[in-house]
Amino acid sequence: MSVLLQSKRELFFKNELPSAGGVVGATPQSPAVGTTAASTALPASAVGGGVSGATSAPAAPTPSAIKEALAAKRAASERAAAAAAAHAAAAAAAANAAENNAEDNKERYSKVERDKVPERRTKELDGYVGFANLPNQVYRKAVKRGFDFTLMVVGESGLGKSTLINSMFLADIYSNEYPGPSQRIKKTLQVETSKVLLKENGVNLTLTVVDTPGFGYAVDNSNCWQPIIDFVETKYEEFLNAESRVNRKTVLDNRVHCCLYFIGPSGHGLKPLDIEFMQRLHDKVNIIPVIAKSDTLTPDECAHFKKQILNEISQHKIKIYEFPDTEDEEESKVNKVLKDRVPFAVVGSNTVIEVDGKKVRGRKYPWGIAEVENLEHCDFIALRNMLIRTHLQDLKDVTNNVHYENYRCRKLAGLGTDGKPTRISNKNPLAQMEEEKRDHETKMKKMETEMEQVFEMKVREKKQKLKDSETDLQRRHEQMRRALEQQIKDLEDKRNEFEKEKQMWEQSNGVTLEDLRRRSLEANSKETVDGKEKNKKKKGLF
Amino acid sequence: MAAVEVDRARVEASIRNLKLSGHVGFDSLPDQLVNKSVQNGFVFNILCIGETGLGKSTLMDSLFNTSFESTPSPHNLPTVKLKAHTYELQESNVRLKLTICDTVGYGDQINKEDSFKAVVDYIDAQFEAYLQEELKIKRSLSAYHDSRTHVCLYFICPTGHGLKSIDLVCMKKLDTKVNIIPIIAKADTISKTELQKFKSKINSELASNGVHVYQFPTDDESVAEVNTSMNAHVPFAVVGSTDFVRVGNKMMRSRQYPWGTVQVENESHCDFVKLREMLIRTNMEDMREKTHNRHYELYRKKRLEQMGFTDVDSDNKPVSFQQTFEAKRSNHLQELQQKEDEMRQMFVVKVKEKEAELKEAEKDLHNKFDKLKKEHGEEKRRLEDSRKKLEDEIIEFNRRKQQFQQQHMSSSHHTLTLGKSKKK
Repeated sequence: MSVLLQSKRELFFKNELPSAGGVVGATPQSPAVGTTAASTALPASAVGGGVSGATSAPAAPTPSAIKEALAAKRAASERAAAAAAAHAAAAAAAANAAENNAEDNKERYSKVERDKVPERRTKELDGYVGFANLPNQVYRKAVKRGFDFTLMVVGESGLGKSTLINSMFLADIYSNEYPGPSQRIKKTLQVETSKVLLKENGVNLTLTVVDTPGFGYAVDNSNCWQPIIDFVETKYEEFLNAESRVNRKTVLDNRVHCCLYFIGPSGHGLKPLDIEFMQRLHDKVNIIPVIAKSDTLTPDECAHFKKQILNEISQHKIKIYEFPDTEDEEESKVNKVLKDRVPFAVVGSNTVIEVDGKKVRGRKYPWGIAEVENLEHCDFIALRNMLIRTHLQDLKDVTNNVHYENYRCRKLAGLGTDGKPTRISNKNPLAQMEEEKRDHETKMKKMETEMEQVFEMKVREKKQKLKDSETDLQRRHEQMRRALEQQIKDLEDKRNEFEKEKQMWEQSNGVTLEDLRRRSLEANSKETVDGKEKNKKKKGLF
Repeated sequence: MAAVEVDRARVEASIRNLKLSGHVGFDSLPDQLVNKSVQNGFVFNILCIGETGLGKSTLMDSLFNTSFESTPSPHNLPTVKLKAHTYELQESNVRLKLTICDTVGYGDQINKEDSFKAVVDYIDAQFEAYLQEELKIKRSLSAYHDSRTHVCLYFICPTGHGLKSIDLVCMKKLDTKVNIIPIIAKADTISKTELQKFKSKINSELASNGVHVYQFPTDDESVAEVNTSMNAHVPFAVVGSTDFVRVGNKMMRSRQYPWGTVQVENESHCDFVKLREMLIRTNMEDMREKTHNRHYELYRKKRLEQMGFTDVDSDNKPVSFQQTFEAKRSNHLQELQQKEDEMRQMFVVKVKEKEAELKEAEKDLHNKFDKLKKEHGEEKRRLEDSRKKLEDEIIEFNRRKQQFQQQHMSSSHHTLTLGKSKKK
């Protein structure tokens, strides 16, 4: 590889932008390629750093100028405009070392070797290809789409929820025309939403704030969390339905991404209502517990209170949202410091007070001013930074990948099991139906063969029985027949004997039976005649 | 994951637009998103369709500046097969899981009717796999390796005369399933003037056949201009090379001919740089998005309708997936139950028949034996009669015998008396 290409790659890896002139003036053939490469080489890092650098001052420059700068930086990263490159270089130089110092991050990333799929070898590239520009493309599209976020605030009335929301987003989300939850308490717990569109540096955020006026207000608060659970699950159901449609168009994400739970600053631990609420919602939504009105707690009391709360949370096995660690060492160090402050003890304020010539948000007391944005006074900055500046996207991802998937799993597992909770197969319901069909077919086949077998067996049995009875009857008949024949034979013999005897007598007496019969017949007739005559004669004598 | 494309105009009308009184910090949201996606890594799947020997593998090597170690394929394969290889590439901090799928044996058969079928089946199979994953109960879409084809590079033979019929047929079949970018392969055989004519011929043929190739998006201001100008250069005439030639003081990918050297990355020699720019540097993400939002949705819609799911039932009321599924399931179960009942029924009938048969046989048997019994009875009676007759005869004989004996005796007595009566 040529020296020029090599140097370009080095520069690219160090994330330094070469001066536009030097690169353009190189070789006539590849200036377009080269500068494009180099400028494209600036991933979101420098631009991101530049943007944050340019707008770190509290008084934001006019939006149009920012947009211009942003567009210019975008253009610089994708075209070989020398002027744009210079602008970008200037912006990069102006980037301050805020926690968004992504430049260092990118360098760290390049050093970190991550081999997710061991069996695929990472190929070595011999030159610049350009897909390192992918993050830029993603960035572009994301900004164009705009972002949305749904934040739920839950807590008893008077804990400063509206004030905190207004402080966090530096906008009058709650105002006189749109009063906060404490002003809207009705007889039963309501769950209400209000949507606002916030724009900052070309990024559009549609923020939906869900509040629950009347939480914990009634005398009997049993089941006051039920409407909230119903609301969260309704949003999941809406999303599930939209996602499952045949014709899917824009699937609006109205799911609750984060729930700020306000704990009253009693200093003694969680109330039963707090525990009950968190136990019921921790597997449905990301819960971030927040100690409200913490300017009533001294630092020691606050530390003690926090420990107490964390103990009770782990005791009751409540899973609050955990801010994940990042790989980057520096970033995770910063994150750790802020993470250790969970649960965040916050103070909110809508009024700006002047302190030492600076204008700060704070609460003015006779004994001093509690500054909202002072990390030594309260954890407001920690909450805001963790919630908005670093983990907003992660909250949405956890909601989508964990809570929503759990809901979906539960909902769909109910289908197609006929109430049998034996096995939740991980097939989609349609494949499950196919499998059932196949199972049923095999079952039927088996049943069929079984029934055939039984049938055959029974038929054979019956046939056998029939045969047996037939032979039996036959036998008996034969027996009887033989007996009869025997009797006939005996009779025959007897007759023959008799005949013989008769014949012998007839022969010996010289007279047959027939003659005797005849004679007796005659005699009988004569006797009758004689008899008559004899009687007559006797009568003559007298 | 479903795309969240908010129709901003519509939404903005119903929500309040507030001004920020300071820097909140959510302008880092795009960065957060980008960081996340960089952490996860990117996936891109390319499908190369083209006849054997058009330089597909060489072009891939050139595009990604590496050597993918592919073996050249022969011409004598009986069917078209698709071979996919996945590679992990890394450029600065961006990891890319690249899958290159090659058609092997495309256009080699004498009868090419089924050539594109293998390709269509492959693309559909990837969609199907994704759909199955999406429909699972326990799914992990974020960890799922997306294998859907994001772009299809269609290699056109540099004949100079237009598209072949198989090209048209194939592209027509694929244009609703995948983003197609037609490429003129081995463009170093075409001169500049011929190239212009060739390109316009191709474009007119594509248009007249209603083939929708991928258009580089022009809705984003930052890339609209460059995309529009590139759209005019489609199809890109490319040259690929794995050989390096020293030009000036650096090594460039080139093809060395006796009459000169074609430099791959020279914009005046071929459109390689344009292709790389459009494909990788500018529109990769857009192609991924279009695959997911348009092509995959179309496939999913067709597939679900094929399985009988609708969004709206016969009364035009909206029907949710669960409802449809429950209805299908109860139908399905009913069917199964019905089949079972039918089978049982059939058996019952069979059994009854057989029973009747056997009963008949039994009856016949009994009848036979009854008859025999009757006969037997008659014979017995006859025997009795004979016996009685004989007995009677014997008795009569004996009587007669006795009678005779008596007569005989008495007759001799009678003669004696007669002699006596004469004396008076």
